[in-house]
Amino acid sequence: MSVVFFTTLAGVGQGVVMAIALSALAGVTLSASLVVSGLAVSLTLLLIALGASFLHLGRPGRAWRAVMMWRTSWLSREVIVLPAFIAVVALWLGMHLWQEPGPLRDIVLPLVAIALCIGLWYCTAMIYACIRFIQEWAHPLTLVNYTLIGLSSGLVLFTALCALNGDAALVRPAAGWALFFTVLAAVARIVAIARNVRLKPKSTLHSAIGVKTAPLRQKSMGMTGGSFNTREFMHGKTIAFLSGIRYFAIGAGFVAPAMLLLPALLGGGETGPGGWLLLAVLVQSAGVLADRWYFFAQARHPQNLYYQIVS
Amino acid sequence: MAQTYAKQLALVIDLNVCVGCHACVTSCKQWNTSGSAGPLSDQDPYGETPSGTFFNRVQTYEAGVFPATETVHFPKSCLHCEDPPCVPVCPTGASYKRKEDGIVLVDYDKCIACKYCAWACPYGAREIDEERQVMTKCTLCVDRIYDESIPVAERRPACVTACPTNARLFGDVKDPQSEVSVAIRERGGYALMPEWQTRPANQYLPRSITETIAAVQAE
Repeated sequence: MSVVFFTTLAGVGQGVVMAIALSALAGVTLSASLVVSGLAVSLTLLLIALGASFLHLGRPGRAWRAVMMWRTSWLSREVIVLPAFIAVVALWLGMHLWQEPGPLRDIVLPLVAIALCIGLWYCTAMIYACIRFIQEWAHPLTLVNYTLIGLSSGLVLFTALCALNGDAALVRPAAGWALFFTVLAAVARIVAIARNVRLKPKSTLHSAIGVKTAPLRQKSMGMTGGSFNTREFMHGKTIAFLSGIRYFAIGAGFVAPAMLLLPALLGGGETGPGGWLLLAVLVQSAGVLADRWYFFAQARHPQNLYYQIVS
Repeated sequence: MAQTYAKQLALVIDLNVCVGCHACVTSCKQWNTSGSAGPLSDQDPYGETPSGTFFNRVQTYEAGVFPATETVHFPKSCLHCEDPPCVPVCPTGASYKRKEDGIVLVDYDKCIACKYCAWACPYGAREIDEERQVMTKCTLCVDRIYDESIPVAERRPACVTACPTNARLFGDVKDPQSEVSVAIRERGGYALMPEWQTRPANQYLPRSITETIAAVQAE
């Protein structure tokens, strides 16, 4: 569960940073208070995400060791990129608070932040996509999904911040971009889920134990009370529950926020859409968390073939 | 593809004679819970939901249609793959494959228990120790097979010594004259889940009766 929170919260924070950095580079005038509050919210989300990632470890005190194997491990690379990204966002926020405009603040740091942000999405997604025998994950769509869901949720939050901060002129274009990426994220996620539902597992019980005779069934997994293998890789939920969470994830994660963006997109420049946008952020957060949980639940690990029956 | 080493220690398991007695399971637990690397903890061992850390499990399968059914007892432990997917994913370097004999080991002092290696093993060979919070797995009794203070005949993994039917062979699969190499070559030794190209060092000898039934089915 801590990984679900870590990846979604970090994704939202990354999306907000991308929105502010790209606006800065594109020459869009953002009010100083919007930039400061946006970066502060994003920094807070990233720090909570970092905390959640520590909760996932059995030995958090040794976490510093995880930077060692960056040559081979995507997890190690993520452990390097995440703090670097947080540091750059913090520095950028500090310069907005205490320094005058300049090329370092307005060109260099946004560029570095964008590079690290994309790098972080890439590392996080590759942690899953590089495991070749978890066929649900081992696909470029995993990278596309992580990036687009981060952009969508980050832009929805950024649009809400624009409205709440009183940057009325920005609300409509921000909502437009948010809607664009939310629709894109929904399409990519639905394509990935549909692909995963149709996947035929390469491993079978026959290849798992190397016996060709059919039918073949397990009679005992070798223990009665369960083990790490039965707890870690199986969610134990019914097919009906999985189907329900899938509809909730798509509905609350993409469809509802897209609808709630419409008042901001269609309405005038008044402060009206603020409430709708805040609701969009809350509903989407629940939906994206459910979607990330489903991402893990949908993975059928080949090791499960060995753990089917107790007695 | 990872490099392979000149020497690769491994187990070869003869499914013809395994009777599913679990002596390899208990002897493994006894030896490895008593070593200097720390105990293999149990949770609620005498309660309703007993659980614990084991390096080796014996499972049972049934193949075929009655009356032509076959019971297959199937011991499963780390296969010490020649291209182990669990090793490169480890962020700390705690998981490694020894150059001198190909054994895949975990350095318990470096493990942060992120469980990534367990997700990267298709065989479910790794189990976390819930009490020590480190990832554990079969070591091929690395603290025993090189111990010069015990008789040469006992310098084998505990499971091999314990097996009452000699279903477990141990040796260097890169030495063509070794007992394990001869067994693999002459008795059709095979690897588990070859579809993932992990090249397991441990191999299994097929049950000849089950093979016969499969051949008849195929005709």
